[in-house]
Amino acid sequence: MCLGVPGEIREIDGTEAVADFWGVERRVRLDVVGDAVEVGDYILNHAGFAIRKIPEREVEETMAIYESLFGDDVDEALDEIGAPRGADIDLGGEQGDAEADAAVPGDTDGD
Amino acid sequence: MATEADDLKFRDPEAAQELAADIERQMERIDHPVEIMHVCGSHEQVIAKFGLRSMLPSDLSVTMGPGCPVCVTNMPEVDEAVALAEAGTTVATYGDMFRVPGTVKSLADAKAEGAAVEVVYSASEAVEYAAAHPDEDVVFFATGFETTAAPTAAVLQADPPENFYVLSAHKYVPPAMEVVAEMPDTDVDAFLAAGHAATITGYGLFEEFVDEYDTPVVVGGFEPLDVLYGVRRILEFVESGTSGLDNAYPRCVSRDGNEAAMSAIDEVFALTSGEWRGIADIPDANFVLREAYAAHSARRQFDVDPVSGDGDPLTEECICGDIMAGTATPEDCALFGEECTPQNPVGACMVSDEGTCKIRHEYGGHPEL
Repeated sequence: MCLGVPGEIREIDGTEAVADFWGVERRVRLDVVGDAVEVGDYILNHAGFAIRKIPEREVEETMAIYESLFGDDVDEALDEIGAPRGADIDLGGEQGDAEADAAVPGDTDGD
Repeated sequence: MATEADDLKFRDPEAAQELAADIERQMERIDHPVEIMHVCGSHEQVIAKFGLRSMLPSDLSVTMGPGCPVCVTNMPEVDEAVALAEAGTTVATYGDMFRVPGTVKSLADAKAEGAAVEVVYSASEAVEYAAAHPDEDVVFFATGFETTAAPTAAVLQADPPENFYVLSAHKYVPPAMEVVAEMPDTDVDAFLAAGHAATITGYGLFEEFVDEYDTPVVVGGFEPLDVLYGVRRILEFVESGTSGLDNAYPRCVSRDGNEAAMSAIDEVFALTSGEWRGIADIPDANFVLREAYAAHSARRQFDVDPVSGDGDPLTEECICGDIMAGTATPEDCALFGEECTPQNPVGACMVSDEGTCKIRHEYGGHPEL
């Protein structure tokens, strides 16, 4: 899908970061975000990479838009970040294993 | 520009009705059919999911063009990935690509027969897999438009392990818009350009397109009101008989785009001509690795010699290409919903969550009222 998903940055280590997506933490790379990103900033995640820092004044509206798009179906949002459906996962720096990822394929995120 | 879009509330039914009423009045004044093409699977999802087509006048059509990266990945490109997997490398790819048929088989078929295929959700996961498996040659079958080409470029710039290779099937959208605009059978009056690709490229790059093809382009967002607002802006251009460019998605898109991402793409990739599945051979719309990255190029480091077949005989009847060129709809296809379903897809448009046929199959099209 070409839908990016917004998340809040929780930790940063160089170009690696951990972002919170509706309570699920996933690792996000900051290589191509193009702006200085700090803990607490919101980013638009696209296949594991932040492609844009969401300006502070637009965070609330942007989050509301995505919540309306996904409705109550947070699982759909979790698909977008490659998290298992219905999962309450704490990555703690670990990746899900390949089988789990294979069961919930990620997306190509084209445009 | 487009300050009105800044103030839009995201999903206000009254605002939607007002916009729809505006659009209806515009169409009455325009007094001829108008075709708007969008080039993004997410636009199609929003349009289908929220039933926006039912809000639009019947002489205004909004069709999806070549906006699904999985769908435009050429079958021989899938064959290359299958050949690499069968030759003993580990092929890592996005989940969307896993089931897309090549001319002989899909990566899923290859995996079922024992080849090593890993589904990853990001380019960096493919790199991590390679680092954790130094005894394997890991080929990342990299697909998608600018939004995923930038991450692929970034991992290549970050000194990946020696056993990490990229098989690039990345595609660049703007030249495909030009080809569609030039197709004699395509009667597109204006384009609703994809917001997230423009997040990377910026909307400024459409200026030349607007001038050359005398066709309005409005960059649109992904929320129902964003789409309706974009349509209304387009109709303003159509009504006044002018072409022009507007950014109806200022929340995410700037004129110059994400310069860090663009410079990563420019450094790692060159553009070359190549076939977009079912559409055409498109000049300068395929991203290939530059010479400086030859050490990580699967095409340079392996003797890729794909077995190619004639494809599923049903693919002869598949009209994905016409659908992506905007000259046919899924309902025009004899296979749609019959031989071709999300469970048993014939064409890539039925495989991907971004494909026109899969979305139409899931949500339906314009209701027959």
